[in-house]
Amino acid sequence: MTGSDTGSKVAVSIESVSKVFNRGKPNEVRALDDINLDISEGSFVSLIGPSGCGKSTLLRLMAALTHPTGGSVTVNGKSADKARLDRDYGMAFQTSGLFEWRTVTQNIELPLQLMGWEKADRKARADEMLELVKLAEFATHYPRELSGGMQQRVAIARALAFRPSLLLMDEPFGALDEMTREHMQTEVLDIWARTGKTVVFVTHSIPEAVFLSQRVIVMSPRPGRITADIEVPLGVRGFETRESNRFFEKVTEVREALRFDKGGR
Amino acid sequence: MRRVFRGAAPALVFGSVGLIVWELGLLLAKPDGFVLPRPTEIVGSFVDNFTVIWTATVNTGYIVITGLIVGVLLGVVWSLLVSRFRLADETLTPLAIALNAIPIIALAPIFNAWYGLLSPTSNQAIVVLLVFFPVFINTTKGLTSVGATELDLMHSYAASKWEITKMVRIPNAMPLFFVSLKIASSLAVIGAIVAEYFGGRQDALGQFIVQNAASSRYTEAWAAVIAGSAMGIILYLLSGGVERIVTPWRPDVDVVVG
Repeated sequence: MTGSDTGSKVAVSIESVSKVFNRGKPNEVRALDDINLDISEGSFVSLIGPSGCGKSTLLRLMAALTHPTGGSVTVNGKSADKARLDRDYGMAFQTSGLFEWRTVTQNIELPLQLMGWEKADRKARADEMLELVKLAEFATHYPRELSGGMQQRVAIARALAFRPSLLLMDEPFGALDEMTREHMQTEVLDIWARTGKTVVFVTHSIPEAVFLSQRVIVMSPRPGRITADIEVPLGVRGFETRESNRFFEKVTEVREALRFDKGGR
Repeated sequence: MRRVFRGAAPALVFGSVGLIVWELGLLLAKPDGFVLPRPTEIVGSFVDNFTVIWTATVNTGYIVITGLIVGVLLGVVWSLLVSRFRLADETLTPLAIALNAIPIIALAPIFNAWYGLLSPTSNQAIVVLLVFFPVFINTTKGLTSVGATELDLMHSYAASKWEITKMVRIPNAMPLFFVSLKIASSLAVIGAIVAEYFGGRQDALGQFIVQNAASSRYTEAWAAVIAGSAMGIILYLLSGGVERIVTPWRPDVDVVVG
């Protein structure tokens, strides 16, 4: 892990982005307002905020699953749409989104299949990914035979299968119990350290954001804005990190940022 | 095989007890015999008339199978169109609902006038119309009820509409399609036999039942009903068997035997 991410290349650049849903209608929602954010290549950045702050919308804008009302989103130096068509990113969601009719291996092979890979190559890569998420012995199982945490690991393996430079994660551990969740956090950091991806991680858990990230972006709702940008220079994370004073200080700092912000509106 | 028998055992026991009660009840109470024949009488009649009933079953079976195949294909193609193109949804969905609102059996005498009283085509047309709707409505539901996450995922891979249909919508529709296939296979047998009451081939189950009932030979009519039931059960089990092969990921496939 590199302490600071300044000075390296920009993976995602958000400039003056706003997003309005149902514009001009009575149920108009200003989901995002004047967002500016640069995410450096290889960094791990979390977006945190209460429900309705637009953090998921911001992630979906990076994925070009939705488009901004104003401003621009640039991914790897090109438009977000171009990046999507070039398959520059892999994505993991709150629900695993595994297809129940595909085995674990077949699920991981899905993006490769869409990209026209040969069967043998797909198989080799899927095996490699299963090693990465430590699920090799479940290759031929169907998703329903796996626990929630295992399903999320398969989803992450699938997101990484075609080696995108960017990994977008939308509350991937939101539905998991606390212990599985902490275990998964360690695994994701391990994967991040080994692969060097840029990771953008949406969460509403403060300890999760602090534990995982080099940088925590705090957001507030109505309209969604960035209210704080907190560096988390905690070095390489380990079991003892969660119990260290510096970890608690950072958790408190993020919590304060979220709280002050609430008072302001 | 042992599993199959174990699964079927409760049904077999229950059915056998029912038949014994039926048999003994009628034997002991001795009501006017023609109202309801005893199971042994029906079996006897089935054996005595086996050649005729077998020919009638084959003829009706032809109507059932051809009507079922055409009706199911029509329903599937129709729902693929409706789930894929908005214009098709706006035009073909109301048309399907309107078609289903017709009391289809009531069309049987009219179809006979169109295709000729002795032509099996009118019977096939009835089966097609009956079968089409449940297949259409269930398959459409399966094709369109894909989760938002699954669609986002496919879009994140820049998948085309056809790829989404092929890799997500069609597999997603399989369970509901098979539900509709089971409903359709029973409906096809009912539709064919009832349609035959009004016309079509004379050596078919519907006509056999009508003619025997008209001459108060109820035992013979019942024997033909048994043949029709057997056809329905076989088609149901076949649908279930295909379902098992096509959707191996599902533990809950609800086939009676198994």
